[in-house]
Order: sequence, then structure tokens, then C-alpha cells
Amino acid sequence: MTWKELIKRLFTNKLSVFGFIIILIFAIVAIAAPWIAPPADPDDPYLIPRRGWSTRPSPPSDQALFGTTEGSYDIFYGMIWGTRTAFRIGLTVVFFGSLIGVSIGTIAAFYGGKVDEFLMRITDVFMSIPFLVAAMVLTTILGRGLDNVMLALITFGWMGTARLTRSQVLEIKNEEFVQAAEALGANDFRIILRHVLINSIYPVLIQACMRIGSMVITASALSFLGVGAPEGYADWGQMISFARNWIVGTSGNPLEFWYTIIFPGTAILFFSLSWNLIGDAFRDILDPKLQ
Amino acid sequence: MINYITRRLIILPFIVFGVTILVFGMLMMLSPYQRLSTYVSDPKQVKGQNMDAMVEKHGLNDPFYQQYGRWIKGIMKGDFGWSESAGQPVTQAIMSRFPATLELVLFAVVPVVLGGIWLGVFSAVKHNKAWDHIIRVLATVGWSFPTFVFALLMLMIFYGVLGWLPPGRLTQEAAGIVRSAEFVRYTGLNVIDSLLNGNFFVLWDSIRHVIAPIITLSVVRWAYILRITRSSMLETLRKDYIRTARSKGVEEDVVINKHARRNALIPVVTVAGPMILAMLGGVVITETIFNYRGIGQFAAQAAQQLDYAAILGVAMYFSFLLILTNLIVDVSYAVIDPRIRLE
Repeated sequence: MTWKELIKRLFTNKLSVFGFIIILIFAIVAIAAPWIAPPADPDDPYLIPRRGWSTRPSPPSDQALFGTTEGSYDIFYGMIWGTRTAFRIGLTVVFFGSLIGVSIGTIAAFYGGKVDEFLMRITDVFMSIPFLVAAMVLTTILGRGLDNVMLALITFGWMGTARLTRSQVLEIKNEEFVQAAEALGANDFRIILRHVLINSIYPVLIQACMRIGSMVITASALSFLGVGAPEGYADWGQMISFARNWIVGTSGNPLEFWYTIIFPGTAILFFSLSWNLIGDAFRDILDPKLQ
Repeated sequence: MINYITRRLIILPFIVFGVTILVFGMLMMLSPYQRLSTYVSDPKQVKGQNMDAMVEKHGLNDPFYQQYGRWIKGIMKGDFGWSESAGQPVTQAIMSRFPATLELVLFAVVPVVLGGIWLGVFSAVKHNKAWDHIIRVLATVGWSFPTFVFALLMLMIFYGVLGWLPPGRLTQEAAGIVRSAEFVRYTGLNVIDSLLNGNFFVLWDSIRHVIAPIITLSVVRWAYILRITRSSMLETLRKDYIRTARSKGVEEDVVINKHARRNALIPVVTVAGPMILAMLGGVVITETIFNYRGIGQFAAQAAQQLDYAAILGVAMYFSFLLILTNLIVDVSYAVIDPRIRLE
């Protein structure tokens, strides 16, 4: 299947078009953030402004479009700038994670034998600690902050890609066109890059696409647990952690603080949903068995 | 099969060694003073002591391999240091919370596996009809739902608005009964213990407390199982032997439930094991939000309070559990599915 055909089919699938539209909206919001929610201090736009000194959340008003959350942080502002945070985390973590994973998987499968055994056992070791727990431990040790969160997610987030790439490359590497390239005297690097990887990359791309959403969720979870983004930083997970103490409302009105969870929660849900929809459509197109 | 199992057993110590190196490596990123806490097994040992002398005494400035040797000796004796946030040794803190977490994970497995398989088969049978589309969309939404948002919404609706499913592990009254002398703790799992004691008040109370965390733990993974079952079932339904069965007049129900489903479940079994293990990570958030006193909540609390000894202890404990379960799962696959043995 050529790229053209793939893209054409991707855009005839209703669900993936829906996914693309949501991502496009998020992307526009992220790019236009300085105009949609002008920062008070242009040098530090990720700091959410506080609309007062009360710890209690206040409902949507003219001053704060979506209301304020615990500590009087502006929910609207946090969500707009949080979109940038989400893109940055998702793309950075998945890019570097995939880079490591693809390299290790390819080297293991292409050279086989002891190299394969060694690299795959290292992969096993990294997979032996539950992902969220491992990321939490490393972030705690490195200290709070977005860079450390990303570093932790990359460190423990490449193994799935490595295994997938390895199985793909194992299938491809004995094909005749690879042997032909070898016979023609192409060097390993060229064979891997031009012949093997190009033909095994689709499933890896699908997986990467779907991981963008899940990585943003995990990063948010770390912020939610209080080991991620520093306090007041525009991050969806942290906005939800602010909602935690107010979730059951007051005795007469249990839904009083609905806006503290609904707005940031919807943002995270739709962000990860859109990447998953695209990934899903991608897979359905490439896997004829499912049609 | 013997070969396969032997190979797995030979690899095992290497993996365990690798994990200890990994965890110790993370530990070594801390300064010697921060690390001191993981070596102390009682706060009385620190009181009034000179910190520099303590660091020297425990050899925290020694080379990596020497420190690793000492550390691993302690681990083998089950000594993970003192947990500041729990106010007790890490091992003891983990052990006392383990039954609560086990209870959650065990009960979550049933709805996840059965519900996921049933819906996956249903979706495949109704392939490309309205139900199939609805289930697939629901699965994708469920798969994309962040656990902590879902859990908070559960709490908001089923506790805040309806008052049905309270957070925590037991109400005070029930907790009093459990702690009393007449109540025998057979397993530490509240639901099972109350059944064995014939105490229906405690049984009802503990069930009310586990429902919300179990649903939360299930949602994401349920979507995953559904997805795998569906695609595997679709593939199986196209096999020749299914056509044969249909053409010789076997009833559709029998074709689906006997001929197709059994074979379609093999790939599901292979992912179910690792998925259950992934739940161990999921309990951190679920337990924290529902204020459920288990290992997950302990880990989250330790991380917030920078209780290094405790989080490293939990990480080691979880990974040992994971490695062990993985081994059992792999070996049982080899027994069930002859194709795996040959690889």
C-alpha cells in the first residue's frame, strides 16, 4: 500500500477523521495559546494565574471562564496552556522512546544470537517493574518537574516498541530482497535503514500513535499523585489533582464543584481518544484480517 | 516442554539480578544522606547521632559494587529499611497492606476477563452491524479514559450524589468487628473472611467498599481484552472448519460457542496474564483515590513524602511478584498450548 492510498483511506474512515479533527483543534489551541489566554508574565507563561486568595474553588464567571480550582487557579488558563504541555510530553516521550525501542529491536533481530539474547533480557528487566510504579520511583528520585517526568517515561517506555520492532524485523530479514541487497554488497547500516526498517515500520507507527495518548495520561497521573509537574504549572493532571479534595461537593449540593473535574477531565479524555482513534483506523486499514 | 521450562528457569536469576541492579542504580542517584534511610531499620538508631559518622559507618561513600553487596544482603534477609511515612519497617508495612491489594486485583480479574471475552465474541458475531460499532466505540473510549478521572467521577456520582459506594476499606463499625477477638482473620481478605465467619454485616460492608475500585481497575483493561477477543474471533470465524461445521447443519450457537470461541481464546489467554500484572501498577491510583489502604496507596503516599526506602521497597516487591507470576503463567501456557513449547 502506498502512502497516498493509506492517507486516502484514513480520511474516508469516519472515526479517524473525527480523531484528526480533535487533534487539529488541540493543535490550534496549543499554537494560539498566547492569544486565547494571554499570560500575565510572558517569561513564565506556564504558571497558572490565581484569581484570588481563597482555597475554595469558585464557579465559572466573567473573570475565570471555566471557574477556578483549589487555590484559585484559573481552570481555563490552565487548560489552554496545558494543551502545550500535553503535546510536548506526548511527542517528546514517544519520539525518544520509539527511537530507543526501534534501535534496540532492530539490532537484536538483525544480528541475532548473543546480541539478541543480551538485549532482550535487558528489555525483560525493564519490563519487570510495573510501568507506573517504575516511572513514579524514578521521578521521585530525580525530583519534581516536567523534564524529569519525561525522562522517567522514556526510560521505562521503550520496551514495547523494542519487542514489536524485533518481531517485525525477524519476519522481514530473511526476505529475498534483503538477501539481494546483501549480495550486492550493501553495508549493514544501509540494509537496515533502506530495506528492513522501511518495510517493518507501519505497526511501530500505529503503536507510537496510540502511545502518545497513554503517555500523556501517565504523565498526568504522576502529576496527579503529586510527583510530576511543580505546583501551579499548567498541566491537566495537576488540575485534576486540585479537584480531588472537592469531588464530593458539599452536603446539600454534591455536584457543587463539577467544573473542577469536568473541564480538565474532558481535555485529557479527548486528547488520548483522538490519538487512539487514528491508531485504530490505521490498524484496521493495514490489517486486512479485521475488515 | 522440559527444555522450555529449563530455559525459563536458567534465565530467571539473571532477570532478578538485573532488576536489583536497576533498582539499586536508581537508589544510587540519591545523595548518601538521603540513602541513609534505606539502611536504618529503626529511628532510634539515628537519634542524636552524627550524620557524617552514620554515612561513614554504613559505607555510603564506598564504591558501587561494595555498597550493592551490602544492600543485596539486607534485601535477601527481607530488610528493606525503615519507612518514614508508615512509621514501621518497609517489609512490615507492605505485608500488612498486601491482602487489601490482593483482594482488589483478584476480584477485578473476573469482570475484566469474563466481560471482555463475552463482549468481544458478541462484537465479532455482530461484525459491522450497529452493535459492533457501538461496542467498538465504547471500547476505544474506555481505553482512552484516564483512570484517575474515571475514579473521581465514580466517587462523585456513587458516593457524593447517591451515597452508595463509600471510599475506604470498611466503615468504622465494621472495622471494629473485624478487629475484635471473635472475628478470625483467615486470609486477610475482608470479603472471604466475613463469609467464613458468617458475618453478613461485614460482608455487605466490604463488598460496598470494593465495587467502585474494582470497576475503575476493570474499565481500561476490559477494553483491551475485548479488542483482542474480537479480532481473534473474527479471524477464527473465517476458518474452513467453521464453514464445514455450518454447512453440515450445526446450529449457529454451537458453532460460535463450541467450535469458534474455544480456539479464538488462545491469544486472549496469552495477553490475559501480563494484563493482570499491569493491574499492579493501576492499583496505585485507584487505591489513592478511593482511600483504600493497600500497597498502591502506600506507594503513592511514600512518593509524595519522599520516603525513598518505602518506594524502592514497593518497586522491588512488585517486580518480584511480577517475575514470579510471569514464570507461572509462561509455564502453564507451555502446558496448555503445544505450539509454544517448540519455540
